[in-house]
Parts: sequence; C-alpha cells; structure tokens
Amino acid sequence: MTESLVAGSPNPLSHRLFARPEIGATAAAGVILVFFLAAAPAFRSGGSFFTVLYQSSTIGIVAIGVGLLMIGGEFDLSAGVIVTTAGLANSMFCWWFGIDLWVGALLSLAFCLFIGFVNGYLVMRTGIPSFLITLGTFFVLQGANLGLTKVVTGSVTSPDISRMDGYPLLEGVFASNFDAGGVTVWGTVLWWLGFTALAAWVLQRTRTGNWVFAIGGSADSARAVGVPVVRTKIGLFMTVSFLGWFVGMHTLYRFNTLQAGNGVGNEFLYIIAAVVGGTLLTGGYGNAIGVGIGAFIFGTTSLGIVYAGWDPNWFKAFLGVMLLLAVLVNLYVKSLATSTRLLRDSPGKADDA
Amino acid sequence: MTATTVTHDLVSVENVSLSFGSVRALRDVSLTLQPGEITALVGDNGAGKSTLVRCLSGIHRPDDGTVRFDGQPAHFSTPEDARNAGIETVHQNLALVEDLTVWQNLFLNREIVHGFGPLAILDKRAMKREAQRMVSTLAVNVPSVTSTVRRLSGGQRQAVSICRAAGFSSKLVIMDEPTAALGVQETERVEKLITKLREDGHAVLLISHNFAQVMRLADHVWVMRAGRCVAGRRIAQTTGEEIVALITGAQQS
Repeated sequence: MTESLVAGSPNPLSHRLFARPEIGATAAAGVILVFFLAAAPAFRSGGSFFTVLYQSSTIGIVAIGVGLLMIGGEFDLSAGVIVTTAGLANSMFCWWFGIDLWVGALLSLAFCLFIGFVNGYLVMRTGIPSFLITLGTFFVLQGANLGLTKVVTGSVTSPDISRMDGYPLLEGVFASNFDAGGVTVWGTVLWWLGFTALAAWVLQRTRTGNWVFAIGGSADSARAVGVPVVRTKIGLFMTVSFLGWFVGMHTLYRFNTLQAGNGVGNEFLYIIAAVVGGTLLTGGYGNAIGVGIGAFIFGTTSLGIVYAGWDPNWFKAFLGVMLLLAVLVNLYVKSLATSTRLLRDSPGKADDA
Repeated sequence: MTATTVTHDLVSVENVSLSFGSVRALRDVSLTLQPGEITALVGDNGAGKSTLVRCLSGIHRPDDGTVRFDGQPAHFSTPEDARNAGIETVHQNLALVEDLTVWQNLFLNREIVHGFGPLAILDKRAMKREAQRMVSTLAVNVPSVTSTVRRLSGGQRQAVSICRAAGFSSKLVIMDEPTAALGVQETERVEKLITKLREDGHAVLLISHNFAQVMRLADHVWVMRAGRCVAGRRIAQTTGEEIVALITGAQQS
C-alpha cells in the first residue's frame, strides 16, 4: 500500500481495461460482426459494410446525446420524435410561407433547442423524474407532429421540398454521399464519427465533462462543491435536441418528404445503444465511444438479419436479448472490478505517508 | 488584520437572528472563533447549531445581526462566496461522488485547467500530483489518489472530504459531526487529522455530540440551547458535567 500511495497508478493494465465502459460492447460487436460475416455471404463486401455504418450513424448521432445525458443522470424519451419534429418544422414552415429553406432550418434548430431547454428546465425546476417529463414531451410532440401536418397538408405526409430555394446546399450539408473506391459513403457516417470524437474528448478532457460525470454520480455532492448542476443538465438536454435536429435535417433532405408518425420508438434504440455501450442507467458512468459501438451493434444486427435472408421481424427480439446481455455483462464487469480491488486494499496500516 | 478590527477574532457573530416562518431558529446569537483554534459547538438537537453553521457557510443569510470574518463584514449569498473567502465546510454527507476518483473529488469544480470557459482542458497530471501532495501532507491513509471513492471505507471518505476542505488555503474548516458514523479506530484517525489541521494553522469549527471528543480536541466550546448561544467556556476551565448541565439548562450560564 505504501508503494501504491507513491506510485499514483497501482492498477495493472488488465484492471484498467476491465474498468473501461465499452469493453463488453467491443467484444459483443466483434462476435456479432463475425457471426453475420459467416452467416450471410451478401454481408461480405465493402459496400454492405458502409451501409451498416450508415444505418448505425442514423441512430448513433442522437444516441451520443442520449448517452451523455444518461451519464449526467437523466433520460430523454422525446429524443425519437424530436427528429421528426425538426424535419416537419423546417419543411412545413417554409412550404406554408414560401421562404428559403435555410431560414426554416435555423428556426427549426431554435425550436428544437427550446424543447430541449424546456425538458431540462422542467426537470430541474420541479424535481419530477426526467422519465416522466420527457414522456410528456414525447406525447405532445407525437400528437403535434400528426395534428399539425394534417392541418397544413391535409394528410400525414409533409410536402415535397426538393424544388424550393436553398435545397441543394442543405442537401449537400446534411444528406450527401460520395464514392470512395466503389463504395457509397454517406456524409452522416463522417458526422457521426466526428460527433463521437468530440463527445469523447469533451467527456474525458474538459471541465464540462468532469461535471457531467459528477452530476450523474451524485447531483447533491456536485451542488455542494459549487458545480452548476442546473446549467449543465439543461445543456445536456439541449445537446440531445440539437443532435435530434441534425438527424431530422438529414432525414428531411434525404427523402424530401416526411411521414409525420415517424421516429416513435427510436428513443429506445438510443437508450439501448447507450446501455449496450456500457453507460450506467443510474448515471455517472459511461463514455461516448461505447455509445458509438452500441450504435454499430444496432446497425450490424438490423442489416445482418436482412442480408442473411431472415424474417426482419426477429430483429427486435434480438435487440432485446442484446440489451439484457449487455446489462448483465456490465453488472458483472463492474462487480469484478470493484471486488478485486477491495480485496487488495485491506484496511489497516495507517499513517504510512 | 485591517484597521477596522478591534480584536483578532477570526469569526465574530454579533446578535444574529434568523427565523423560518414562525420558527425562530436563531435568537440574538453572539460568539467568536479564534484563529488557529479548534472551537466546538454543542447543543441538543434543534438548538440551532446547524443553522448557525449554514449562516457561516453561505447557505442561509441572517435576518438580523452581523457576521464578521477575518475582520471584514461577511455577506455570503452562496456557499461559493464563503469558500472564496476561505471558509470550507465538511458536510455530514461528505459531498463526495462515489464513481469519481479521489483526485477528481478533491478538484471537483476547482479543476486545474488550460484555457478557460466550459471547454477548458483538464490538466490531469497536475491534479494527480497536487492531490498526492494534499493527502501526503495530512498523512491521509488512502490506497491511491486514482482509486474511486466507492472503494474507500467510511473513515477514508471522511479523510478525503476533510483533505478537500483543508487543501485550498482555507482559514476556517467547519465540520458537522465528522465522526458520527465511524468506528473506534477510524474516529481516532479522523481526530488525529483534525488536530493536524490546527497544527497547520487552520481554525476548525466542530459540531459534535460527543463530549469526550469535545474535551479531547477543542480549545473553546460554545453551548447553544433553543436558538440562543447560552454560554462559552475555555476547555481548560470546564468539565464535561458542566457542559451537559449547560446544554440541558440545569445550569444557567
């Protein structure tokens, strides 16, 4: 113990490896990838790999925000429908008033950030669990998406915006793809990797990241030493709604028209990606790379089942099994990491410094 | 000290009153704390000890009366103000985040960073080194500053919390029942730590229900009863029996 006090980092590599949140998810991702490579011949090509990455990115981008929020100790159930809300707000506003799509995109961003702010403000102000507050927002947005679309267009489909001003540029930003050696790479994949890297950096290297872990681990303790708990948590809710807006823009400018009922249920996919990636449901533990791997597992599985020629209806069942396994693995790894160290740090030997 | 001070009291509380609705929590309380001493604050449950302490640490503001700290009138509106002035509080629940490491807890909201703003970059190496220095200075027994608080015993956690309070050139460390939840051996270790704080020049305000502990550690004791500060004694000139009598009201000051 005397050495460890001086040495600073007493944990051997194996312990540090086991203590990393994403270790279970990485192993699972490898197993699943190998499994589908073996089971589905159509899966074995660069093209399908990048299709998997694209599929992963559409879930993964919002999942980063949801993961950060969960590390910060809160939930957001409205994260699925806000994607659709963002796209609808942009397209219908511009279509109705006949203005440039850029203006609509920025208004939509402001609106989404406002929803995120309201979520966070209500949670912090009332003390009601975020699960309930955002469940409320979820239903409000779901209903408003359908209701308003029907008022504006008379159906549940938003108008086609591909001939409106500003479309080509926005499509280039949010929904472009390019050819890299014969495979199609969607821009969202790069955005996804970029956002993941940024989130990982913020969490691990910056003061804000330190606060996110602290408020998720114990909001009261963090408050007692002066961490701005309310501000940080509201910021996290707004991060989720920003990323939701981003994917909403992608969906809108890729398909030009939106189904108003879309997005429902995706909030759970984000949470699953975060949990499978090692984020603790109770907050204070996790990292962005794990969430990225969780989203990758989602992408691999959802397309692997299709490539293997199986009934895609099994996908959700498989996802459920993955979630349960992930929770069990995380629990096991965590208890293992704690117990081995407790044994090493037997009490006694006071005043050795 | 500044020219405005008459005495060299570190803290002087003068005629402080505070009510919560119809409950008069503090009535005309006056007391002083000397620098470099351990001052104990005793009294029955509900006597107003914690309320008084919260006035000092910036959580409550007195309705009436003045608090002077280090000669200056102290108007703390947040715990942050009190901390900046040099008053640190070791909370009863310790205010530690279990999933963070010892060094992260020591530097929470006082991170050593490059740059500024919310995206200031943490200097982890410097914080680990400083944390190591802080625990070594106080001879705190923790396995390593890189271990998470979850893995520490109750006494070790208390020590980390005290270490944080003492580590940032604070003039006064307030402790609310620091040993209430600890075993015999750990209590002894924390008491040693409190004496060490005094040796290092910190003033300590100790709330305790343990009279033996008060007699062992403190230099001075203030007794509170029903929101009033009813008596003050030098420890050298009093006995445990007298303090008990003062607390219960069997003896009027």
